[in-house]
Amino acid sequence: MGKLSRFIFTSLVLFILWLFLTSTFRSQEVLIGLIFSLVIALFTYNSFTEKGLRNLSPRKVFCAFLYLPYFFWQMIKANFDVAYRVLHPKMPIRPGIVHVKTKMKTDLGKLVVANSITLTPGTLTLDVIDDNMLIHWINVKTDDVEKASEEIPGVFEKCLKEFLE
Amino acid sequence: MLTAIGWFLIYFGAFFLFLGALGIMRFPDVYNRLQAGTKCTTLGALSTSIGVGFLHPAWLPKTFIIALFILLTNPISSHALGRASYRSGVKLWEKSVVDKCKEFKECVEEENE
Repeated sequence: MGKLSRFIFTSLVLFILWLFLTSTFRSQEVLIGLIFSLVIALFTYNSFTEKGLRNLSPRKVFCAFLYLPYFFWQMIKANFDVAYRVLHPKMPIRPGIVHVKTKMKTDLGKLVVANSITLTPGTLTLDVIDDNMLIHWINVKTDDVEKASEEIPGVFEKCLKEFLE
Repeated sequence: MLTAIGWFLIYFGAFFLFLGALGIMRFPDVYNRLQAGTKCTTLGALSTSIGVGFLHPAWLPKTFIIALFILLTNPISSHALGRASYRSGVKLWEKSVVDKCKEFKECVEEENE
């Protein structure tokens, strides 16, 4: 991938982060922020991104915007789920560790899927070995690899595959 | 209006933080406790910090950045805790249904050493 586009992408992200942190548009602050984000991007773009500006293609941005509300909705559902299990006098839990196959190939994809799984209803990623994920499930419905793969990361992967790979 | 939303978010977050603490008290083993700890504290901390942002609109962008970092780092830390406790041989609750981790060499190798 072009070094220039990776460099520009890195400095863009850093500059936006700076704008959020200072939350001001005074010209001095913006100028200093711009200079520093360029300097830092010069040293770090190599490990910061692999795809550079291609990350901002319209289809990927659109998929990310579709993914975020869905993710937040799942997260809130997860919290009510845990709340129900905590407050119920008998504690209706059937915990266990299940094995799930992921379709993601890049490290970043695996990271995002694992994080999303951890934050959604009743599941916690314990370990990732190549494309096997070991997941602690608070209410085990099936211990079959295929069915569990449909049940847990299924929808997330369909969304994420679009904008990460 | 903004103040009302802010206070609502703060109370909502505080309620879930309380539930998280209660879950850590009640659940039987490390992994279940991690579940309660991760989910409830993530939403609790998110909504509390954004609620503070709504009360002081000047801080709102900063609270969004804080929320983003919490969202990125919280699941990773709980994953690290869970993985470390499994590898150092913490047992599952006796009523657990399945344990697929045993099938993987990588998971249990440190127990054998």
